[in-house]
Amino acid sequence: MPVFNQSRGRIIQIIFAVVFLVMIGQLINLQLFSVKYKLAAENNALLRKVIYPDRGIIFDRKGKAILENTISYDLQVIPSEAKGVDTASLCSLLNIDTAEYRKRIRDLIFKNGYVKPSIFEPLLTVEMFARLNENIYKFPGFSLTERSVRTYPYSVAGHVLGYIREVDTSFLRRHKDEGYQMGDYAGMTGLERSYEKVLMGQRGVKNYIRDNKSRIQGPYENGMYDTAAVAGKNIHLSLDVELQKLGEKLMSNKVGSIVAIDPQTGGILCMVSAPTYDPNYLTGSQQRRHFADLLLDPRLPLNNRGLGTYYSPGSTFKTVVGLIGLSEGVIDEHTTVNCPGYFTGCGTGKPKCLDKGVFNFKDAVAHSDNSYFSTVYKRTLDQPRYRGADSALAVFNSYAYTFGLGRRLGVDLPSEKKGNLPVSADYRKIFGPRWYSCNVISNAIGQGEVNTTLVQLANVMAIIANKGWFYTPHLVDSIEGGDEYNLLDPYKIKHHTDNRIPDTVYSAVQDGMQAVVEYGTAVRSRIPGIIMCGKTGTVENYAKGKKQPDHSFFGAFAPRDKPRIAIAVICENSDQGARVAAPIASLIVEKYLRDSIAGPARKAMIEEYTNKVYIPPLMRIEIAKKDSLRRLKENQQMLEQKLNKKETDDASDDDSAKPETEPGNPPATPAKKVPIPKKSGETPTAALTIEDRKYKKQLTK
Amino acid sequence: MSNRNNISSQAQGVDWTVVWLYAILVSIGILCIFMVEYRVDTNWLQTFLGGKTNYSKQLIFAGFCAVVATFILLTDSKLFTAFANLMYAFGILLMLATFVIGKNISGSKSWIPLVGGFNLQPVEVCKIFTALALAKFLSRQETDFTKLKSQILAGVICLLPAVISVAQHESGMALVYFSFFLVMFREGLSPLVLILGFSFVALIISTLLIEPNTLAIILTGIALLVIYLLRKSIKKSKGILYLILVIWFACVGIQRFAVPFIFNNVLECYQSARVYSAFGKDYDCSLNKRSAKKTDKAPRKPDDYNVRQSKIAIGSGGLTGRGFLKGTQTRGKYVPEQHTDFIFASLGEAFGFIGSFVFLMIYLFLLFRIIKIAERQRSTFSRVYAYSVASIMFFHIAFNICMTIGLFPSPGVTLPLISYGGSSLMSFTILIFILLRLDADRQMVLR
Repeated sequence: MPVFNQSRGRIIQIIFAVVFLVMIGQLINLQLFSVKYKLAAENNALLRKVIYPDRGIIFDRKGKAILENTISYDLQVIPSEAKGVDTASLCSLLNIDTAEYRKRIRDLIFKNGYVKPSIFEPLLTVEMFARLNENIYKFPGFSLTERSVRTYPYSVAGHVLGYIREVDTSFLRRHKDEGYQMGDYAGMTGLERSYEKVLMGQRGVKNYIRDNKSRIQGPYENGMYDTAAVAGKNIHLSLDVELQKLGEKLMSNKVGSIVAIDPQTGGILCMVSAPTYDPNYLTGSQQRRHFADLLLDPRLPLNNRGLGTYYSPGSTFKTVVGLIGLSEGVIDEHTTVNCPGYFTGCGTGKPKCLDKGVFNFKDAVAHSDNSYFSTVYKRTLDQPRYRGADSALAVFNSYAYTFGLGRRLGVDLPSEKKGNLPVSADYRKIFGPRWYSCNVISNAIGQGEVNTTLVQLANVMAIIANKGWFYTPHLVDSIEGGDEYNLLDPYKIKHHTDNRIPDTVYSAVQDGMQAVVEYGTAVRSRIPGIIMCGKTGTVENYAKGKKQPDHSFFGAFAPRDKPRIAIAVICENSDQGARVAAPIASLIVEKYLRDSIAGPARKAMIEEYTNKVYIPPLMRIEIAKKDSLRRLKENQQMLEQKLNKKETDDASDDDSAKPETEPGNPPATPAKKVPIPKKSGETPTAALTIEDRKYKKQLTK
Repeated sequence: MSNRNNISSQAQGVDWTVVWLYAILVSIGILCIFMVEYRVDTNWLQTFLGGKTNYSKQLIFAGFCAVVATFILLTDSKLFTAFANLMYAFGILLMLATFVIGKNISGSKSWIPLVGGFNLQPVEVCKIFTALALAKFLSRQETDFTKLKSQILAGVICLLPAVISVAQHESGMALVYFSFFLVMFREGLSPLVLILGFSFVALIISTLLIEPNTLAIILTGIALLVIYLLRKSIKKSKGILYLILVIWFACVGIQRFAVPFIFNNVLECYQSARVYSAFGKDYDCSLNKRSAKKTDKAPRKPDDYNVRQSKIAIGSGGLTGRGFLKGTQTRGKYVPEQHTDFIFASLGEAFGFIGSFVFLMIYLFLLFRIIKIAERQRSTFSRVYAYSVASIMFFHIAFNICMTIGLFPSPGVTLPLISYGGSSLMSFTILIFILLRLDADRQMVLR
């Protein structure tokens, strides 16, 4: 019988072979013909980590780093390893309570998983890092990790340098193909934004193998496919940090701006916008809150008033009117105009002039005679050869455009405003087709529809200094390692003003401007030993139908021969141009030309102008409103607190004394609080933070 | 001197090919386990000598197995025939004992704790005893295997351990006991049994794959076709028509009622889901009566994570594989149980198609070698035993590899000689070396 069944042994062998064939068939299918498993395996095991390079460092004209990187520390935790942690002592180090600790750990596990490292507390302060570093061995699962953050060693030029912030979805939409992803930081304003491409460097990628719980196991293929990160390029500015510092100091407790330009290169020497803020305030873990603080401040500290706001240039515009009038030949240096107290040409009694008498061109500039320039402007528009105001205004504008007015200059900072040069179409809308020069006479003294940014004004000063040419004002002088994206090309083109303006005309205007400082309106701002040419401006302005204090303007350049600095200053709602803007400008000019302020009188001037407070009345009201709202909240909080305290523990004297004194405090504070604007470098910033903290604490209590 | 003679005479006739294949496979196994456990940053020599890791444990098992193998080769073949029934009874007792002193390891209470932290799984060892008992039964002079009665008795011997292991929730191991039907087929069991069994499996699979009504129509169509083809024979005898009708009725009944009944009432939810997912279907656990009875809350839907990851690992190996210790999936521990049931996944990833093919060929060669050994036996006992060894190993290999490559629902059986685990390695060692001992005495007629 076994013999009979022997063939069945063969059958069993065949069954074995067939099943093995099926298995091999499936192996062929899986291993040789299916691509998706390879991809799936890669998805499983490959962890691509983007390596962020250090951003480029920004240096000032003397090679001082004014925006660089520093190491900050994050407290990192791996929840699965954080067992047997002395929670109480950790919490006391971090100033949190154990409930908060548990909540954070829970959130982290929910967000990032149990076994992956997560950031428990980002960007530790220096003292907190020191405390934790000593004790970190006590907390298993916790570790300190480095991270690079931006820091501003001089705490100045926040507006110019800008800040970086985590990108949001709208940013990602706008920069789709530039490789940003959620969680990246990008420059949002200032140079950080306009030179983002240069500063950000080239991100690298490292490939890791991870395990089923996303823990990193080691490099993938020994880093064969990794790319190294290339650090961002360093940038050298034309900005002088000492000048910027002085400017910000002088502008403290004021609202306004200073822009100084090197006329030879167009390089911006300083750009102050007041009120300013300590740029370090917008780095670190509290960035979001601080940002909100600044955004809600009625003084609009985030606005760069150097180029983000335009003003009526006031009498400083007379230089342009004079230049065009002289070029058009409607006057010459010797033309005189009488001023009986007002401009007589239009019969409206406007504009008024302060110094009565007869003026030639030089003296008219020196004393800023309204009648004279109204006459010049009227004559320019009334020239019979242009047959009508429309075309005459067009001619006027064709000059003015070459001065960089009415258009964006193209400064290498974001959100530049273009100002305004009115065209005839504007006036046809207002006055009808038969408008004439008297309708628009206030333009003659820079009070009408003419608007300029402060950079434009400084640039006009540079043009006059150079007698007819300029480079577009810019901040960046050079980029280390070459200008790969041709960002600096626009600043190498020399622009010339209208060729109808001869050099003699510039000389005449310079004469006038020199007279302004020597015996004219700005005589008090004379710098001994330096020939400065300047022009003051006092701009009347109204808000909500009420006359406000005048804007104080001053535009200047120095020295007259081989000019090295052109400057424009505005101090909003302060006083006459000669009283605020001019002295400030003179101090900046002296500081730049001489590296220091000479003489005790001039030194005292620094302190005097630093301490002057010119907060526009409207802003004062807003600040007071905001503070009173806050106080109201505080008081309410305090009351609740008091009630709670009473309920819980009546006996403690310490606690009951506190709430009683504090509600009494606020009436005293507003006087102190209101005029303190955020000022760089010094305590006010810190004071604000402390206040905020107190406020926050009371809220959470 | 006489002693030495004795030993050399004992070693005579041992099939060294099988011994070498055994050694190669065990070595591959230890390497695979090493591959799974290896960490770049740890000093493997230290951990190896420390004996804490699975690969060093497996090496200790292997050394122990070598000792046992030597002992087996030194014993007398008559021992196995003499004690076959007794050992079978002992094995059954051990399996029953797990209900009392069993230890729960990963959901199945089929382990008996031994000294030194080692655990014994009786169902693994019981395969040997069953093989011996079956061989003993079929080689009895009074057994006439053409008789239905002895066929049923043989079936009972084979399936008794299977029934017990189902009760222990080790249904995968139970499946292995069906391998003895291959042996019985060789010894004269009607091929009808195999064909019926195969047809039943085919019917279940088609039930899963094809929509019930469509399948019923197809079955009816087949029946009508057969009637049409056999219309002349039917005219001669009505019996054939009735037979066809009965088969048709049974088939429809099975696909309509029996299969859903099995999935919903007999199998656990996870088992049903595994079977379904192997064929690319989702099983709705809310239909499952057994799960519903056990827990009040709705049973969680288990997914085929293991198999999916295993397929990814094997598929990513490609033609030549990623290389030894370079498998990303293996190192990332993406495949669960990759040192035991799913060890083939790491092998497939590291060595690719070529490696897997060579590996399977080693197995096939071993199986064919055992069958060759079986056919050269003079005694029925040895032949039946040899076929049992081949069939058991074949079932293990087929189930395990089909599971890892997604051809079959995962029943949870080990890969012989490769998977980590002392019980498994030991039982296969004993199986093979008893065979070698019997083969060495192939000239003897054993009863």
